[in-house]
Amino acid sequence: MPLNSPALVPLLLLAAAIVIPVLAIRKTTVAYPAMMVASFGAVVISAYNVLRVWRNGPLAYHFGGWFPPVGIEYVLDPLSAFVALVVNVIAFFVLWHSGGIQEREIPGKSVPYHALTLLFLCGANGIIATGDLFNLYVFLEIFSLAAYGLIGIGEKKAAVASFRYLIMGVVGGSFYLLGIGFLYIVTGSLNMADVRNILPHVQGNPAVVTGLSLIVIGMGIKMAVFPLHGWLPDAYTHAPSTSSALIAPIGTKIAAYVLIRILFFVFGVESVSRSLPITDVIAWLSAIGILYGSVMAMAQDEMKRMLAYSSVAQIGYIGLGIGLANPLGYIGAVLHILNHAFMKGALFLVAANLRRNTGRSDISGLDASLRKKLPWSMAAFTVAALSMIGLPPTAGFFSKWYLALGAIDRGNWVFLAVILVSSLLNAVYFFRILERAYLLPPPGKKTGEDPHAEAGKGRGSRVGEEEYTLMIPVVVVSFSLLLIGLWNANIVREVIQRILPLGM
Amino acid sequence: MIPPEIYSSTIPFYAVMVSLVAMPLILLSSRHAVLREFWTLAASVVKFSLVCLLLPGALAGRVAGFTFWEISPGISLALKADAFGVFFALIASGLWILTSVYSIGYVRGLKERKQTRYFACFAVCLSATIGVAFAANLLTFVFFYEILTIATYPLVIHKETKIAVSAGRKYLVYTLTAGVLLIAATAWTYRLAGTLDFRPGGLFGDASFSPGAITALFLLFLAGVGVKAAVMPLHSWLPAAMAAPTPVSALLHAVAVVKSGVFGVVRVVGFVFGPALMHRFGLNIFLATVAGVTILLASLLAYRQDNLKHRLAYSTVGHLSYIVLGAALLSPASLVGGLLHIANHATMKITMFFCAGAIYVRHHKEKISDLDGIGRVMPWTMGAFTLAAIGLAGIPPINGFISKWQLGLGSLQAGELLPLAVLVLSGLLNAGYFAPVIFRAFLKPPAVPHERGEASYAMIVPLLVTALLSLLLGLDPDLFFHFHRLAVGVSGSILGGIGQ
Repeated sequence: MPLNSPALVPLLLLAAAIVIPVLAIRKTTVAYPAMMVASFGAVVISAYNVLRVWRNGPLAYHFGGWFPPVGIEYVLDPLSAFVALVVNVIAFFVLWHSGGIQEREIPGKSVPYHALTLLFLCGANGIIATGDLFNLYVFLEIFSLAAYGLIGIGEKKAAVASFRYLIMGVVGGSFYLLGIGFLYIVTGSLNMADVRNILPHVQGNPAVVTGLSLIVIGMGIKMAVFPLHGWLPDAYTHAPSTSSALIAPIGTKIAAYVLIRILFFVFGVESVSRSLPITDVIAWLSAIGILYGSVMAMAQDEMKRMLAYSSVAQIGYIGLGIGLANPLGYIGAVLHILNHAFMKGALFLVAANLRRNTGRSDISGLDASLRKKLPWSMAAFTVAALSMIGLPPTAGFFSKWYLALGAIDRGNWVFLAVILVSSLLNAVYFFRILERAYLLPPPGKKTGEDPHAEAGKGRGSRVGEEEYTLMIPVVVVSFSLLLIGLWNANIVREVIQRILPLGM
Repeated sequence: MIPPEIYSSTIPFYAVMVSLVAMPLILLSSRHAVLREFWTLAASVVKFSLVCLLLPGALAGRVAGFTFWEISPGISLALKADAFGVFFALIASGLWILTSVYSIGYVRGLKERKQTRYFACFAVCLSATIGVAFAANLLTFVFFYEILTIATYPLVIHKETKIAVSAGRKYLVYTLTAGVLLIAATAWTYRLAGTLDFRPGGLFGDASFSPGAITALFLLFLAGVGVKAAVMPLHSWLPAAMAAPTPVSALLHAVAVVKSGVFGVVRVVGFVFGPALMHRFGLNIFLATVAGVTILLASLLAYRQDNLKHRLAYSTVGHLSYIVLGAALLSPASLVGGLLHIANHATMKITMFFCAGAIYVRHHKEKISDLDGIGRVMPWTMGAFTLAAIGLAGIPPINGFISKWQLGLGSLQAGELLPLAVLVLSGLLNAGYFAPVIFRAFLKPPAVPHERGEASYAMIVPLLVTALLSLLLGLDPDLFFHFHRLAVGVSGSILGGIGQ
């Protein structure tokens, strides 16, 4: 394949996002298969890119033949190729699953949904591949605007949640833009590699420090690092299930990726912490976020809301790994981008299946009839939950393993304790669900006491076998957590360790 | 010290996997009880045979090793069937055969629901147990240890009653907490020592530590493996877990799970820290104190239990600490005694649980106060029970005597008299809390005559076999499986002698 493959995925998705609504004017049913083709294409190309990068080293593509620092450069190194693959794979499964659910959840809006989805993914892929700070901002806005739409398409409250997200997101984006403005004033360049080479000459310049701080705050908002997470729970809860299943695994990870990219690959570990303890601040806030998110998750009754707070906690893991600023913490953070994408993807898909089948996803309404009705979904949920708790051999165990090693390397016992305690808190809120879903006798079978007895009678007869479109993606995503866990050393050695950040 | 010869072999791998492969087969034959039971029995027999194949090598100091692949850069998922591992695997897999036969009688006798889940989880538990036994490094150990934790949970809550569910919660709180502490300890060890491979005599080598760090690390480990070993004050999940069906209590809560805990204690003491470090920082004294207190308190608490299984559970708590005590004393005979007690306590206590289950299935009696005259209608069952009780009290010629004798010798070798006194006292207490059961069963006339007699053959035969095994191993500890020779080899390797 030609040298332009780094740019191929964003362009493919952008083209599809424009073409699909046009095609769908005459026949709306083409939209779904067309979207799946585009998404599958993205998976294939990004898998190919990973292979190429693994064999030949980083790939770079210069738009319009303009060479950097003037032109816009797209770069795939092991990190960006890997994150792009993760995003496209998880998106593929979520979109596959959406085929069985969107007509019911967002009737009549499936064509705009498809277009927005592809724009969202186009933005994500652009952010990952670009080697240009301003181009990143452009894709960040594409990505965010699509996300506002995807959330706002849902139930009544979604509009409010989406508006709140929009305000916060715009503020975050503006911080980022302001930040790169400061950098541009000092360095005169927007190309990441170029900026990286210039920065050592302008060490300690207050404008650089200010710029970096603004970028970190901006990305902190987009990533929902505690205490900048306020927009996330509402947005994930009120969005259509299929949107939250798409945004939860991908949205915040993209911001985490940008943070990693800029902190470690543009600035480098040493210069980041030279004038301000930025990594320490990130680590401590993340640690608080882990505990806060886990405790809040325990208090929720709505499953999607619980998963949203759990996301705040899980983002904390990634933030903590970034903040540790040592190789093991970095490995933990990058691996957790993958692991959490799959875990949260699976969990939100199961929540979607619950809504689809029982019309609701509040935890107090769960009972053992589910294990009959949705045996595969519940099995998938169990595996993903065990991974969230961090039990071997699931992937979640290894995120914790590397982060724990990183915390010990750093000599910070508080972080170690936070990682371990959050494991137990996860166990509390997931076993609460598992216990209900497997052990609580359905209300029909015993007398009275359960307040949901009435509703229970109604849903018993409605659903039989699980639909394949709803079941297969969930099961595949969830069970691949076992494979990721067992073979994580290969990912770590061949991908993550291939480019350790500067100064590690 | 002659390093043990390690040869590559797939037998440990198959020994672990055989029951994991059986699990989907059991799930698939959920509609055919006979087929499901066939898979269980076949898996247990194959597993035991595979472990037996490893015995000659282990006796000769040849260690079968198998490496799956790297699971974290620099650390492999690896199995190593050293003498200690084979020792434990023999007990667990051998008793699984008997427990499977017994389970079939039990679940049929009670017409239990969800038998498929029951047998499937049992198979996974045994895979994990053998994995624990053969783990070549700490991470592999943690790996299987945690799988064991989770696979046991569905068995604890099997009855799905309120009591069972709350017992399950308690079980999870204790074991999951222990799990994360063990993970922390493992990670820390890796940073300190740069390796996680178990090595007789300790893996830290010449690394130097501050006393505070090494004590903290040891406490983390102790909390991590101590929960499953039911060391006080970490024991209270075990009596609660008696809500599980009796075969589960018999194999998992007297052999596989709890012995994985004490196995872990011995691994940590002998193969992670090693005698030198234990002595240098006074960790052995701490461990011995904890074990001694547990032995006595558990025996006292056993008196207060009217539920037969609960009394057995507290008895188990006490006897597990015999093994911990043996490890803590770190003298040649105490280690041999402690290891032998892994085997000996297993055969005796499983007999007693089998008896309790047989009584429950046949007469639906769980309380000791209801057992008046039961020995007259169940002479074989209660005979076996009596024999095991004699053994647990440490009276010859039952195998409990042998391990206790060695432990006593060991405490003298270590130059301590207090442990010996604890052992003697505990023997008396054991006799004290089992005597009323036997007395009621044989001598007291029943208030209402018992209507039925012995349980089915599927239940009677296993418990007679284990009772007979207790007797035979008491007469000759080297019989069949060379437990004594294995234990001597392990003890020698830990203390820096020859062999593995």
